[in-house]
Amino acid sequence: MTTWLIRRLIQALFVVLAMSVIVFIGVHVIGNPVDILISPEADQAERARIIAALGLDQPLWKQYLLFVNDALHGNLGRSFVFNEPALLLIAQRMPATMELAVTAVLMSILFGIPLGLYAGLYPEGAVARTIMAGSILGFSLPTFWVGLMLIMVFAVQLGWLPSTGRGTTAELFGIQWSFLTLDGLRHLVLPALNLSLFNISLVLRLTRAGVRETLPMDFVKFARAKGLTPARVIFVHVLKNIMIPVVTVVGLELGSTIAFAVVTESVFAWPGMGKLIIDSINVLDRPVIVAYLMMIVLLFVTINLVVDLLYTVLDPRVRLEAKG
Amino acid sequence: MTTPTLEVRNLRTHFFTRAGVVKAVDDVSFTIASGRVLGLVGESGSGKTVTGFSIIGLVDPPGRIAGGAILYQGQDLAKLPEREMRALRGNRIAMIFQDPMMTLNPVLRIDTQMIEAVQAHAKVSHAEARTRARDALGMVGIPSPDERLQAYPHQFSGGMRQRVAIAIALLHHPDLLIADEPTTALDVTIQAQILAEVQKLAVNYGTALIWITHDLSVIAGLADEIAVMYAGRIVETGAADAVLDRPVHPYTHGLIGSVPSRNRRGEKLRQIPGTTPSLLRLPPGCAFRTRCPRADAACEQEPLPSQPVPERTVRCFHPLVAVAA
Repeated sequence: MTTWLIRRLIQALFVVLAMSVIVFIGVHVIGNPVDILISPEADQAERARIIAALGLDQPLWKQYLLFVNDALHGNLGRSFVFNEPALLLIAQRMPATMELAVTAVLMSILFGIPLGLYAGLYPEGAVARTIMAGSILGFSLPTFWVGLMLIMVFAVQLGWLPSTGRGTTAELFGIQWSFLTLDGLRHLVLPALNLSLFNISLVLRLTRAGVRETLPMDFVKFARAKGLTPARVIFVHVLKNIMIPVVTVVGLELGSTIAFAVVTESVFAWPGMGKLIIDSINVLDRPVIVAYLMMIVLLFVTINLVVDLLYTVLDPRVRLEAKG
Repeated sequence: MTTPTLEVRNLRTHFFTRAGVVKAVDDVSFTIASGRVLGLVGESGSGKTVTGFSIIGLVDPPGRIAGGAILYQGQDLAKLPEREMRALRGNRIAMIFQDPMMTLNPVLRIDTQMIEAVQAHAKVSHAEARTRARDALGMVGIPSPDERLQAYPHQFSGGMRQRVAIAIALLHHPDLLIADEPTTALDVTIQAQILAEVQKLAVNYGTALIWITHDLSVIAGLADEIAVMYAGRIVETGAADAVLDRPVHPYTHGLIGSVPSRNRRGEKLRQIPGTTPSLLRLPPGCAFRTRCPRADAACEQEPLPSQPVPERTVRCFHPLVAVAA
């Protein structure tokens, strides 16, 4: 177990390193921030001074080494635009995105598993067919369009729920959260639903497939032959067996949900990281883009690790020492 | 005569598929008394397993019991509501399955799977249920049962898993145990051990045992009575030794003839010509007639059960009585 963990951490380090190179080069290819940041009226001396101040006069490899050196000291650079540490900017926006993403993933579990279970147990019924048809819409409709439709229906026509912003927030651990106030929760519902629709469909279909696959197994029949109640057979024997793919997908989707909350945040004007990254890309604020992408890489690496650890809890046959 | 533990009367279990009605079990009758062993013999697809599932009430759709009665101590299981059936299942009537690698849930520990089985039928504390589980494991010959309770199924060998399954089936000392080819997937030495184990336990608790198998050599030393199934019907029943020594139905005769024997060394192994007919397209009349050396025009009619020799019921127009005599 310890060997496995150390090996995994070394692997993770390489992934982060490789990613940093790719990100760094990629960001330098997409455009020169000098053209956007410096006013066209500035004279040549002024230009040179600003370029030097931003460190853009150095060759790329030197900039990268400087970046790595700073990163090792916990400094991912200062934003060109806000003149604040990039990490601080991201950290300020992170709780909003996290709150949105975690709520969305919780919703996907809360709706996806029961609906999938039902559809798997009664596959021939009209309700199950409706659920399955709905799930196809769930992951084929584009997020931004569904977001707009949700606003149209629930905010504009019915007027039940607000459509923009985080609403009233309350403080917990020094951070502002929406889910702690009723008004904040009302603001959270629509964006979270919008973001989770794809995941609900995914979890639902996965659960259904797992149930269909597990039900005819001998051990299910044997469990019934023991005289157990149907509830125990389904919720203990069947459900525990299908949790592995579900946990994998939910885990990995948590990463993508955070990373791709961009669209939902834009539609619902949710002040999260996604909105920050879009704005930063528009003005080529390199340090913020790089810092954001590095954060996302770290996030994915961490989530993968946690998912692997969860496997051992769920399936005793998985032994982490055995593999590399 | 006392009421037998189980009396199956004209049982019909049919599967209503899109391709047509599959009569997996068609007009099957037998009785079994407490402490006795019935060997239910037949090829794959002859309906033996479905018969077992019908008794314990676990026939899955599109299959269902289409007729007949399953009288357990005089009570018809075929008409019993699911809740009452569940109270009997695993308690008074238990079953063990063919493939021990598949019968235990891979993600639950042995103690979880045994304790839930105890508590499904007995109102006892968790600790008491655990003690009973441990004792049951010890009884089927699993060494250091206390530690093994903590293990997961994949940490056991096939033979050990089948012992665990048997221990679970016997937790409540059932009146009837249905064993569906429980030794087929195991190697021969383990087979013998399991056989001896089940036989001993069945005798100790007066459990009636239905042993489903396609292996005549297994049944020979074990069963008191034998019922031979072919295409959903019982074609011959009688005392085990008598049926094996002097088969009266041509199918039984063929089946016994196709077992390799020392006495016929060097000869070509006899086999029954043809294959088992599809249950979807059974020929009218006797289902065996297309493969039977004795068949004639009479066999196009339905053969009814008859008793050509005492203590023997056969469905055949041309039983091998003359040959046997």
